[in-house]
Amino acid sequence: MKKIALAMALGLSVTALSAAPVKVGMITTLTGGGASLGIDIRDGFMLAVKQANNPDLSVVVEDDARKPPLAVQIADKMIQREKVDILTGIVWSNLAMAVVPSAVAQGKFYLSPNAGPSALAGKRCHENYFNVAWQNDNLHEAMGSYATKTGYSKPYILAPNYPAGKDALTGFKRLFKGKLAGETYTKLGQKDYAAEIAQIRASGADSIYFFLPGGMGISFMKQYTQSGVRLPIMGPAFSFDQGILKAVGKAALGVKNSSQWNKDLDNAANQAFVKSFSSEYGRLPSLYASQGFDTANLILSAMKTADVKDTDAFRAALNKADFNSVRGDFKFAANQHPIQNIYVREVIEENGVLTNKVISTALENHSDVYGAKCKL
Amino acid sequence: MTLTLFFEQLLNGIQFGMMLFLMSAGLTLVFGVMGLINLAHGVLYMVGAFACALVAGITGSFWLGLVASLIVAAMAGALIEVGVIRRLYKRDHLDQVLATYALILIFSEATRWLFGSFPLYLDVPDILAQPISLFGLLDYSSYRLFIIFVGIIVAIGLYLLITKTRLGMRIRAGESDREMIAALGVDIRTLYTLVFALGAALAGIAGALLGAVQSVEVGMGGPVLILAFVVIVIGGIGSIKGAFIGALLVGVVDTMGRFLLPYLMTFLFSPETAANVGGALSSIAIYILMAGILIVKPKGLIKGAGS
Amino acid sequence: MMLSVNREQKLNISFIALLFILPAVALSMDEPFYITLMTKVVILAMAGVGLNLALGLGGLISFGHAAFFGIGGYAAGILATHYMNDELLFSAFGYEYFGTDNMLAIWFAAMFVGAIAAIIIGYFSLRTKGVYFIMITLAFAQMIYYFAIAWPTYGGEDGLSIYVRNNLFDLNTLDPIIFYGICLSLLLLVTFLVSTLRNSHFGSALQAARQNEQRLASVGIRPFGIQLTAFVISAMATALAGALFADLNRFVSPDMLSWHTSGEIMIFVILGGVGRLFGPILGAAMFIVFEYYLGGITEHWGLFLGIALLAVVLFARGGIVGVIAGEVKHD
Repeated sequence: MKKIALAMALGLSVTALSAAPVKVGMITTLTGGGASLGIDIRDGFMLAVKQANNPDLSVVVEDDARKPPLAVQIADKMIQREKVDILTGIVWSNLAMAVVPSAVAQGKFYLSPNAGPSALAGKRCHENYFNVAWQNDNLHEAMGSYATKTGYSKPYILAPNYPAGKDALTGFKRLFKGKLAGETYTKLGQKDYAAEIAQIRASGADSIYFFLPGGMGISFMKQYTQSGVRLPIMGPAFSFDQGILKAVGKAALGVKNSSQWNKDLDNAANQAFVKSFSSEYGRLPSLYASQGFDTANLILSAMKTADVKDTDAFRAALNKADFNSVRGDFKFAANQHPIQNIYVREVIEENGVLTNKVISTALENHSDVYGAKCKL
Repeated sequence: MTLTLFFEQLLNGIQFGMMLFLMSAGLTLVFGVMGLINLAHGVLYMVGAFACALVAGITGSFWLGLVASLIVAAMAGALIEVGVIRRLYKRDHLDQVLATYALILIFSEATRWLFGSFPLYLDVPDILAQPISLFGLLDYSSYRLFIIFVGIIVAIGLYLLITKTRLGMRIRAGESDREMIAALGVDIRTLYTLVFALGAALAGIAGALLGAVQSVEVGMGGPVLILAFVVIVIGGIGSIKGAFIGALLVGVVDTMGRFLLPYLMTFLFSPETAANVGGALSSIAIYILMAGILIVKPKGLIKGAGS
Repeated sequence: MMLSVNREQKLNISFIALLFILPAVALSMDEPFYITLMTKVVILAMAGVGLNLALGLGGLISFGHAAFFGIGGYAAGILATHYMNDELLFSAFGYEYFGTDNMLAIWFAAMFVGAIAAIIIGYFSLRTKGVYFIMITLAFAQMIYYFAIAWPTYGGEDGLSIYVRNNLFDLNTLDPIIFYGICLSLLLLVTFLVSTLRNSHFGSALQAARQNEQRLASVGIRPFGIQLTAFVISAMATALAGALFADLNRFVSPDMLSWHTSGEIMIFVILGGVGRLFGPILGAAMFIVFEYYLGGITEHWGLFLGIALLAVVLFARGGIVGVIAGEVKHD
């Protein structure tokens, strides 16, 4: 839980408006399983903060170790003691569900740089909650649509047996038109997939879609490659993103995965981001880093036009999303979740490093289905 | 469902069981000889996997990595034994649980400090990367067959070690009467360090073997540790034979449960409910198995030395 | 011997005083977060006091008390969400029940469900001894843990949000100091009950059962019944703590049921001093202070926690209370 207090020397500020300083509290996962995601979000966020060099913005970062009660405790501390104006940083849906409802009820802003549980997009949406990444179903819907377009007729789909896993497969099925060869829910944290791979082989499937975040996905891919089953694989970006590809190895080559961002997206903001991130941290940025970067820039853009103490004005400024997103066009839907393109990427090898290349656009200006239930 | 699929799943279960055996053999040996509950056994599994990934990454040879995992885990085991564990033999189980839990925290954080939070890369050697055809019926991963093979070799090796060698004789003596063998003039300290290092080496090699098909990351030892405990409790704590039987039982029940339960539930419920109930049941199948066995046989299937 | 007992009593008294003084200081300094942090200490301490009855007094090393902690939490969460969403919980004999947001009812429900679970788990587990008991209690807790993750009705791994704290009489339970007061009162009540129990015939019989089962059986007392009763009471205290924890965080998740939680509750007990009345309270306080302050300094705080724990086990037998108040001979 390193505290990074950015007390920058007072210089000539470009922002003419002399608003009250903004304090951001970042709660993210820096230790334990999945720490690499939180580290990327933090690094992306801090890069944007550093580049902006705005003395009115300060950030405190703490580690939640992926434990919901600890995340709640840190949120309480940041609100009650640090008196932050904005909270952000949470990687996981279950931690977001623990922290977000009570934080926004206390009048704080929450900007999600990763998790997008359906409840917060629909029935439980809140005027102070903004999602800068995606609604949880989005990337899966994109792959469902891609599978239909590609002409797969019998995909086998699998995900861990927990809410995000069920959302994933529901999302895939929503836009997939056809029959499934099979549908399996695996144990959360499972590392041996021999039984599932055998079933896939026996099912006569023509393709595979899986959502197995973190170590589960690494394990599945390695075991799949050795099994001798040779079906095309699809997944959301999570199992094939920059941070994880090295561990998956060449097994991932050729896999199609969906993402709202990639490092080769052709816009100036993105090219500058990829370059500066690589030189700052000595590694290629991931999806999560791009989301952290966008979140910080969204806050900075709102600070230009509104005072954070004037909640209504600041909310309106956030809602305009007047910043250059590294994913290109970006705006908020009525439920304050993104409207954005989602792309299909392919894993390739580039100068000896595994990475992704955009091959097509799966969904254009896509938002989510839960917005209809949101009364904002 | 075909017979081939059933056979393949059975093989998968056996393979999973063999890997569990490698993990639990050391755990049960340490309990049988020294009467120690070692929660830090999972840490040694992680150490083995990291050593293998590191050496294989530098040299490009999986086999050198495997050797390294054996040596590094054994050394780490000896270090832990001399530094900490040695002081715990005369303590009650509670102190042992807490001290070895503390070791988990220490080793996990230290490993993260050294290697960072991103998973490491480790792949199977080229020679075992391709599946082979079994009786012309199915293509099966040659690496998984290799794991079954290693499990059998280790089981035979341990059997010979314990029944045929001097060291084994002392281990058996130590299991039945700890004061006795000290009286016989056996250097009990060295014996204990050796046994602990042996158990650690087995955990290390299990970590390296499994690391190649799973993810090598900090915290990978936790879930496996719990499974290994389930295995030795079912088998009877302290008994290598019990660990072997328990491991195969857990491996087969877990694999078959994941495969058959959701299928069987479709006869009882609607497809969606069946997926829910089947999924929930299969994730707790081995715990039900364990509780069931302990209710009938409160000391496990085979009477071990530690009971 | 007499002196050391006195010293422990003095320690206990000064400790109770601290539980009253510290929040008052935090209140005067306008630092509500410290009150929240102390509330967490008090609640976790209650879980520890529960476990300490089984573990310290009865010698029953339960590695599955997270099950009761989580069950208590879920009892609170389920009742509150049903009440909030006005959803039917169950109907029997024409009576329909829609949950409640009354803390008294929720505490009762948490303890009741915790007791039922403890009767079932205890009935089977107490047939085993030693390491087998440790492992079978763990196995039962794991069953409930995986079940909670997989079962979608109450949120699965996402858990359940309560949004608003439940009500007790006309108190403003969202005010940190008031909620702290409620939790502290309950902790003192539970500790008092445990202490009474300890000095009763039941307590002596329980300790006798730990030390020598045969002797107890020979005088016509079946240790099984006594141990089961202790196990159930212990679980009820832990379940009550779980219900309060749900209200503190306004959130319940399977994390409360994981084996790490069992390990942590055990750490509170051992860190403070096994079998000591105030051991768990001191242990929980130490743990939270460690997590909070060290966590603020380094992200590798787990390493230092591990080293501290190891040092306590190796060099400070009897935990913190033992170090300060001296050894007590187990008679």
